[in-house]
Amino acid sequence: MAGNLVQGALFTVMVVRAETLRDPAFEAELGEQVRRSPRFFLNAPVVLDLRGAEEFTREAEFVEARDRLRRHTLTLIGIQNSQPGQAEAAASAGLASFAPNSTQPRGTRPAEPAPTATAAPPRPAPSVAKSRLVTQPVRSGTQIYVRGADLVVAAPVSAGAEIMADGNIHVYGVLRGRALAGASGDAEARIFCSRLEAELVSIAGRYLVSDQLPPEQRGFPVQIALVDDRLTIERN
Amino acid sequence: MGEKGEVFLARVIVLTSGKGGVGKTTSAAAIAAGLALRGKRTVVIDFDVGLRNLDLVMGCERRVVFDFINVINGDAKLNQALIKDKRNDNLYIFPTSQTRDKEALRRDGVERVLDELKENFDYIVCDSPAGIEHGAITALYFADSAIVVTNPEVSSVRDSDRILGILASKSRRAEHNLEPVDMHLLLTRYSLERAKKGEMMSVEDVKEILSIPLLGVIPESESVLRASNTGTPVAFDQESPAGRAYLDAVARFVGEQREMRFVQPERRSIFRTLFGRA
Repeated sequence: MAGNLVQGALFTVMVVRAETLRDPAFEAELGEQVRRSPRFFLNAPVVLDLRGAEEFTREAEFVEARDRLRRHTLTLIGIQNSQPGQAEAAASAGLASFAPNSTQPRGTRPAEPAPTATAAPPRPAPSVAKSRLVTQPVRSGTQIYVRGADLVVAAPVSAGAEIMADGNIHVYGVLRGRALAGASGDAEARIFCSRLEAELVSIAGRYLVSDQLPPEQRGFPVQIALVDDRLTIERN
Repeated sequence: MGEKGEVFLARVIVLTSGKGGVGKTTSAAAIAAGLALRGKRTVVIDFDVGLRNLDLVMGCERRVVFDFINVINGDAKLNQALIKDKRNDNLYIFPTSQTRDKEALRRDGVERVLDELKENFDYIVCDSPAGIEHGAITALYFADSAIVVTNPEVSSVRDSDRILGILASKSRRAEHNLEPVDMHLLLTRYSLERAKKGEMMSVEDVKEILSIPLLGVIPESESVLRASNTGTPVAFDQESPAGRAYLDAVARFVGEQREMRFVQPERRSIFRTLFGRA
């Protein structure tokens, strides 16, 4: 009975490094990103990574960070990689503490399990979110974003269309538009397509535009991955 | 509206494109004329409020008393606004206002008018304005079928692709999860010579990008300009290649099989070859 009170769950969350908040270009750049993909960022949860930002020690600073992000429609929900003093201040501001996640190097604090009910062990976490399957052509001007899962398109993706996923992207058809995999930062995500004619491809924020794609790969079935921070394109 | 057993209800067809100037109005007039020639009671409606052209192309601009906006606003009855074509008893024109703009098109008013028209006609052809805003969306909202008019040229193809996305998501059928709008590609202003020289996209190029069934290919033809200027839908011009192509397209629309002409090299007389005329 008590086991139903709290369940484990997996979520994908964006991470913003606290030290970038100091950068004067931050507001303008973030504003530009949000303007281009408003739905992606609307009410999206954000965790503040405090590595290299030891000066964040007062509750008021966390409140200010939360307000700044809120102005860009983002919701600050927690912190990560904090020093002991920072965690309390963040907690006073209502922010949760997150363990370092798999795409980042482990911090000094050991990973802690998610809160559980006292009486019975929690139900097992629900399996990873189901991939989204699209079978109709993705027309120019259409934006698709799959949060926390893969996107599979069994149809052509037109020029002027934008497909994004936190996971992998598979296009069983010609990819003419923009494809952004690992949209929340997962550098292991990949893009697969039956015919590469994309306007832009991106994994975890690194991107190549059409002009930068190797000419010998255009028009062929390829697999795109991020290796050592560079996008690699291999024939499938 | 809706499918009621075997009773054939009026079908609403929208001529749309996204891009301007590709031949929507010419095609709307020609297709409506083609349907009327087959004995179908057809009305063609101008949705381009403020930039009305359909009345000119149909040759009835001197007989316009009341218009679509008057009827929507209740200032006139439908039968006061409808204009009967002088060449064919099955064909009616419903002009729009030149003095107002597209904000005057209220969706509930349009629905009411279309419902009334459905009782009296077999086909309702809607000539959409260009663009993807209110006017174009209202024109396609109630459509059962859509004929997407496209020139074999990159901008037109991109815009047609966009409008296909909008038909699939913002039409009434899409919003109410009904059977989707039946979409067709009409390629207009096609020149086989220029396509062979690589100056123009080929039919196959366009079909591959848009992935919808091809209804017809209308060749570039001087007869179209002549038709507009004389107010005669080009489908009534028996000698015009464009006119014949439109009639073929209409035949395919109602389910007949027709070979695509004008996409294979036609036998050319020695004079044509010498002077290079299409």
